[in-house]
Amino acid sequence: MILEALSYGFMQKALIAGIAVGLICSFMGTFLVLRRYSLFGDGIAHVAFGGISVGLFLGVFPLWTAFIVSIFGGLGLQKLRQSTKISGDSAVAVVLVSGLAVGVILVSSSGGFSVDLFSFLFGSILLISQEDTIMILALSAGIIATLTILQKQFLHLTFNEEQAKLAGMRTTLLNYAFVVLASITVVTSMRLVGILLISALIVIPNITAMQFGKGFKKTVFISMSISVISVVSGILVSYFLNVAPSGTIVVIAVGILIGTLLLKSTGLLGKIDIKNPSKLTHNS
Amino acid sequence: MSVTNVLDVKDLTVNYDNLPAVDNISFDVKQGDCLGIIGPNGAGKTTLFRAILGLQPYSGNIKLFGYEDSKYDSIVPLIGYVPQKVTFEPNFPATVYDVVSMGLISDKRIVQGVKLIQQCDCCWNRIYQSIEKNDDKITQALHTVGLESLRNRRIGELSGGELQRVFIAKALVKDPLLLILDEPVASVDVESQTKFYNVIKTINEQNNITIIWSSHDLDAISKYANRVACMNKKIFFHGEKEKFFSDKELLKMYTESSMQMHMHNHEH
Repeated sequence: MILEALSYGFMQKALIAGIAVGLICSFMGTFLVLRRYSLFGDGIAHVAFGGISVGLFLGVFPLWTAFIVSIFGGLGLQKLRQSTKISGDSAVAVVLVSGLAVGVILVSSSGGFSVDLFSFLFGSILLISQEDTIMILALSAGIIATLTILQKQFLHLTFNEEQAKLAGMRTTLLNYAFVVLASITVVTSMRLVGILLISALIVIPNITAMQFGKGFKKTVFISMSISVISVVSGILVSYFLNVAPSGTIVVIAVGILIGTLLLKSTGLLGKIDIKNPSKLTHNS
Repeated sequence: MSVTNVLDVKDLTVNYDNLPAVDNISFDVKQGDCLGIIGPNGAGKTTLFRAILGLQPYSGNIKLFGYEDSKYDSIVPLIGYVPQKVTFEPNFPATVYDVVSMGLISDKRIVQGVKLIQQCDCCWNRIYQSIEKNDDKITQALHTVGLESLRNRRIGELSGGELQRVFIAKALVKDPLLLILDEPVASVDVESQTKFYNVIKTINEQNNITIIWSSHDLDAISKYANRVACMNKKIFFHGEKEKFFSDKELLKMYTESSMQMHMHNHEH
């Protein structure tokens, strides 16, 4: 049955793009969650909604306008945090509602919600074209490469910004690079779970991974694994049950989080050896 | 030939809301010094350190290894600084090894700083051109602070004393010529304090690292520092520790000033 599902071109594309998105969301999400930017994804996704509306309104490819508007939204958010005393979550709220408001105005003036817009709101991974898949793969490769190159700097910046500055890092520039990268990640990932659920893919695998109490590299690895498992099983389950893949992916990720929390509460989680997960060890 | 001072502070003033936190102070630090800065809470010790590190606007003049302005910025990353408290997310997924390795990030400005220090007439034996991740350096820094066995432990699981030693290892891993420690043993138990002071003594005497260290603990200062600066907004003593501890008037003045500040803090 699974082989039959995998034989369809649309399923292959969905799984390939889904895995790529799962990897970038979890990697980027590690930094976002630790910097208390958990709702950044939500904020930027709503700005992207404004960007998509601009594209639909102007009759240009909406994903490009979404990228441009989201990057500016991310930079605006960073500027708002740095130059005013507005806290991170309030700044996200301001940017989020601004993007949404612009989107609503443009949508209403261009004749209401269309199928295109719904596909961005709720995700449409099973409908993506070959070109979309290639674009998602190329952007994901770029994001993972950049994050890998800058991971030391981002880790230090995330750990303690003042210490990073004293270490000679250009923290202002790195902060802007960080939000631009996060904005591109969010817009690239929108096709998988949609604007409304994008935060789930950024936040949930990381919160789950952090329960294991491991170091940075292992935590990123666990988070990526949980993300890929959620995406692959979510797409397959949604195919067999004929339900929306975006919701299924998120429900599975939440299920893994709940399972992990239950394991942790029983004390079993600390005894799982990550190198050999089937083995229980007696580490202190 | 005179050897360049590690630090020269001249007429330094830092104001908060037009009130001086540091009031027109001048002092210098020579290579190999272990300078203990004592003063009551609110005396301006942390503000002084932040000004030296370029984190705080000030008036006056500060030179590091004889350099100021843009060259100064290249040298700051080479200073090892351990703040009074480093705040981080309790669940932060970083091991002791991860945190110490953060001290080794390479950057063009750091390379420039290394060159600048090599050009001044301080004795610095490190000949590398860039500072990059190096497992041996991390292991050595962890060995110096006695934390090899905890290298894979998550930092959120460490005690206050262990955490302070991790941050010292992070500061040491880049082979600094100058180490600044801001009340390093505040909220650390007595046993850890002794270990900590032994680490300070080792790195000062064996590694020839200049140390500036603030503390309330007169006993520790008398044991481990070779010079003392006593401040309460202004510096009212700076010199050899023997001179400070043999001067009963100075000791009395410090004790009274500390008591007054202590009472003042309790009243508010």
